[in-house]
Amino acid sequence: MSNNDILQVKDLRTYYHTEAGAVKAVDGLTFGLSRGLKLGLVGESGCGKSTMALSFMRLIKPPGRIEAGQVLLDGVDLIRLSEEEMRKVRLNEISLIPQGAMNSLNPVMRVRNQIMDGIKDHDSGMTKEEMRARVRQVLESVELEPEVANMYPHELSGGMKQRVCVAIAISLRPKVVIADEPTSALDVVIQRQVMETIGRLQEQLGISMILIGHDMGLMAQFVERLAVMYAGKLAEIASVGDIFREPLHPYTQLLISSLPTLSVKGVFRSIPGITPSLLNPPSGCLFHPRCPKAMDMCSQQVPVLKEASPGRWVACHLYEG
Amino acid sequence: MTALMELRNVTKVYSGGLFRKRYTVALEDIFLPIGGERPGILTIAGESGSGKTTMGMLLLGFLAPTRGQILYQGKDLWQMPKTEWMTFRREVQAIFQDPFEVYNPFYKVDHVLTVPIAKFRLARSKEETRALVEEALLGVGLRPDETLGRYPHQLSGGQRQRITVARALLLKPRLIIADEPVSMVDASLRATILESLRKLNREMGISILYITHDLATAYHISENIVVLYQGSVTEAGDVDSVIKEPQHPYTQLLVSSIPWPDPDRRWEREELVARGETLEEETRGCKFAPRCPFVMSICHESHPPLFRTDSSRAAACYLYKDAPVIEGSDIGGVLGRGERVPLEEGQAPAT
Repeated sequence: MSNNDILQVKDLRTYYHTEAGAVKAVDGLTFGLSRGLKLGLVGESGCGKSTMALSFMRLIKPPGRIEAGQVLLDGVDLIRLSEEEMRKVRLNEISLIPQGAMNSLNPVMRVRNQIMDGIKDHDSGMTKEEMRARVRQVLESVELEPEVANMYPHELSGGMKQRVCVAIAISLRPKVVIADEPTSALDVVIQRQVMETIGRLQEQLGISMILIGHDMGLMAQFVERLAVMYAGKLAEIASVGDIFREPLHPYTQLLISSLPTLSVKGVFRSIPGITPSLLNPPSGCLFHPRCPKAMDMCSQQVPVLKEASPGRWVACHLYEG
Repeated sequence: MTALMELRNVTKVYSGGLFRKRYTVALEDIFLPIGGERPGILTIAGESGSGKTTMGMLLLGFLAPTRGQILYQGKDLWQMPKTEWMTFRREVQAIFQDPFEVYNPFYKVDHVLTVPIAKFRLARSKEETRALVEEALLGVGLRPDETLGRYPHQLSGGQRQRITVARALLLKPRLIIADEPVSMVDASLRATILESLRKLNREMGISILYITHDLATAYHISENIVVLYQGSVTEAGDVDSVIKEPQHPYTQLLVSSIPWPDPDRRWEREELVARGETLEEETRGCKFAPRCPFVMSICHESHPPLFRTDSSRAAACYLYKDAPVIEGSDIGGVLGRGERVPLEEGQAPAT
């Protein structure tokens, strides 16, 4: 965490209150996003990745609730803003490309109107002419022809629809963009092309970005820093090179060794056990029941995220003291 | 040597449209032998729209081909008597992509395992049924006491997918057709399911057709690969050489787009020479020609046959037109030479 962080998350907690009790989907997240960088966030399904993104956008719906913590965007705590203030922040300052966004485009609305909808809703200052110019501009920046503005979603391919979603997300030039599995439904070739467009935009516009996903391959290709999330908490956060070359947390180690690489063929390793219930999480470190290196203290004390060496943060008792 | 199953000059055309008939050619003139004297793992790779799922459906007998024949042990699926059809149905099993959709949420998971036993009269008593079910679950590394009697929502995606593998295993099949079996499962569980599939192949001698878009897992699990593009075979051969030195420009594009989990092996930053997407249009020539960086005039004129570029390789591309042409079912000659991946000692799927 440093002054160069555009986004600082401090002890964020988001729980879903069910009849059976509180599901701690996000439970004490603390990290920073450096200005102009791409941070990846990986984790298994159900570990709280998407809940985190929705919390940043203040889009958590009941029975979910943000219980505690701060999300500082350029020093402003988003959690404390009024609903009206937050609406002005969305898309203007921080925007989200939700999971499956390309399938939530309005089928009976032309692309132009869908982009203008967002602009109108979050920044009423623009004239109609300015908005039309902006639409042309954002379509061009996501490498779509201007004619796409007049088309309906069903006339577009999957890759083009995803590009439209990116165009909407950057239409008001936010400082931070969160992309939740933006290419999970696309073929590899199209995935690569869409990711390269997003990467180029991120650099040109100086956007700081959080890429959420479970595809370690995509992370290795795209981000500079990588955070590994496990059961609502961060296990580790470091540069992507460090994570792949020398993972510190036993969970990350197992995750890395389960990946198919080109150099080692025919070895399949999996992580034993199943992900813990967030309703009745195990005591101590949430990973201890599956951890090959678990010690006595792991079932008693929750490890906190600490800087093990410069720039490398890990939440594991192995690296304490 | 006859193949266990064979596609012989198969074409599948879908027609649709209410007022004006539209036709979509999903597969065109495909020859493919599957499973020979030695049970192997063959990958059918392709992107969406390549026809790979159609191929799986045809092989399972869910769809009839528009032209051509689908043979099981040399006999046409669509002309065999009922008893042989039942044998085929038992010996060729399927595993599908979505481990959530396979289950009826109102039934306990036992249901998907006991139905096939009853259907094929595999057991004479409840005890025998129970024993078969337990054996199949243990075969995929699941503990029966932790699985049986539960409802689908009480199990993880990985467990559910392994139960579908167990169900396929129950019937002691000779061929399993696995259509994207791991694409909806988390990375950490992917390995477990692929490992169970590989064990079935090694230890029980079951041939496996692995249908996928994911070349990285294909590289690890299979010996041979057939790459499809818009319903035609573009490249076939042993998986090592196809992935490491792809010959067809389409395969080159696919392989160069794999996001390998290695920050030192990033996508090259240069512009992709091949175009990403084109709208499908009628062509007499190579279907990849509109996107191909090496396109020649002949490519627009006629569809390239498969050229045998090596003893274990074939590519349907005029760049290799000096190589001998492979006629129809001779494609089997280039498959079946891939090196088998050694199974690691003492590695069992985790539970």
